[in-house]
Amino acid sequence: MSDFDLSAILGNPEYTAMLLHGIEMTFIIYACSWSMAMALALLLLALRLSPFRFGDPLVAAYVSYHRNVPTLVQLMLWYFGIFTLMPSGVAEWLAVHNAEAIFAVIGLGLCQAAYFSEDLRSGVRSVSPGQMQAARALGHGYVSAMRFVIMPQGVRNALPPLINHSVSLFKNSSLAVVIGASELTHAVKEIENLSFRTFEAYLIGTVLYLFFSLVIMSIGAYLSMRTDPARSARA
Amino acid sequence: MIHDMIVIVQDYWLLLLIGQYPNGPLGGLANTLILSALSIAFAFPVSILFALARLSRSPLLRWPVTALVYFTRGVPLLMLILWSYFLVPLLTGADVPSFVTMLTTLVVYQSAFLSEVVRAGIVALGPGQMDAGRALGHGYLGAMRFIILPQALYNMIPSIISTFVSTIKDTTLGYVINVPDLTFAASQVNNQLLTQPFQVFLILAIVYFAICWTLTYFANRLERSITRRRAGLSNLPSAALVAPSKIISEQL
Repeated sequence: MSDFDLSAILGNPEYTAMLLHGIEMTFIIYACSWSMAMALALLLLALRLSPFRFGDPLVAAYVSYHRNVPTLVQLMLWYFGIFTLMPSGVAEWLAVHNAEAIFAVIGLGLCQAAYFSEDLRSGVRSVSPGQMQAARALGHGYVSAMRFVIMPQGVRNALPPLINHSVSLFKNSSLAVVIGASELTHAVKEIENLSFRTFEAYLIGTVLYLFFSLVIMSIGAYLSMRTDPARSARA
Repeated sequence: MIHDMIVIVQDYWLLLLIGQYPNGPLGGLANTLILSALSIAFAFPVSILFALARLSRSPLLRWPVTALVYFTRGVPLLMLILWSYFLVPLLTGADVPSFVTMLTTLVVYQSAFLSEVVRAGIVALGPGQMDAGRALGHGYLGAMRFIILPQALYNMIPSIISTFVSTIKDTTLGYVINVPDLTFAASQVNNQLLTQPFQVFLILAIVYFAICWTLTYFANRLERSITRRRAGLSNLPSAALVAPSKIISEQL
């Protein structure tokens, strides 16, 4: 620490290339798992709201599993466990195509879907039932009432927890390092191993994570502001 | 496959429960639970101080703690663990066991999250309680100690239990710096068996699920009874019953 020197890392093209690759992988993992989680969450929500009798307990069990088992253990179960049970053709294909990142996306995405679907459910539940009755009275069918009346309000109600959980997902993408995905934390550890500049390497990693977390939070705050009904009433 | 899992549990239950304890350091499930309990025990008083600092009028108290809380919430726990892994030995100048490193990290991390819970609990009480306390002749500290905190903390018991659940889940990250906890013990079992990773990690998931689900269930029951009791005491209209308490817990 006596000779603190950030340029020893940032000035070295090899290290900056590793950092950039790490950031890129982190964002690929984040974007893929976020999209997967959101799509699955909407599916889980539809299942829960549907008249299908087993939908509710099925989704409740899914959510309960993913909320009560540590994400790290879920990733390990996928990468060290389920990976080995796959038919050899699939496993070989995955091994060639960056299996670590694929399983990180699957594990994080499945887990995050549980949180997203709960956020959306409480958002939809806080829309007053009169809205549905009014929409039906105006001639909307169930699907179209959901699409144009209930969901827009429900998603807006759910925005604050959705933003919080999006930030959590971004931070949790660092867990992928445990199963060997070459994301940002992995890059930081590699640079530390090569340069012996522990303090500088962790400082750069921390600042990057903090910066991107704040960016995601600001995008969320912007969306909340844009969808605020008080604001559109003024406009 | 279920038969395989039963055999694994029969062969390795002691390792999973207490690690290599008599012959080595305490580990396994016992270590996971001790680490979580100690983290919450240390984080609890710190989080009350943090919450009071964030509610204080003095910017000198408010700003640094607010910055710390935002920092802690914006950085992955894994990064904080790596920081402690490198900083704690540097600051103490001693060879620190990974258990202590993990404990230090978790105390800082959970204090930041728990302080938000405590702050929400104090804010939820409303300013009237403090005014009444002051009117009765209590000073700020006296009113906090005898009027605000007892009520706020009582209301916050379910949230504190859910923070405990997140702490149990957070301890798994100690795996990265070789804390001998349950996850570590399971990976040891996996390394000895080599052929049944799915079964081993499924057992691990089931054990964590059983513990965390039980605690969550207990917290939810307690939450309902506390809401009912408080509503009964103050004869609130039934609408107050459905107001959900804000449980701020980190997912991991």
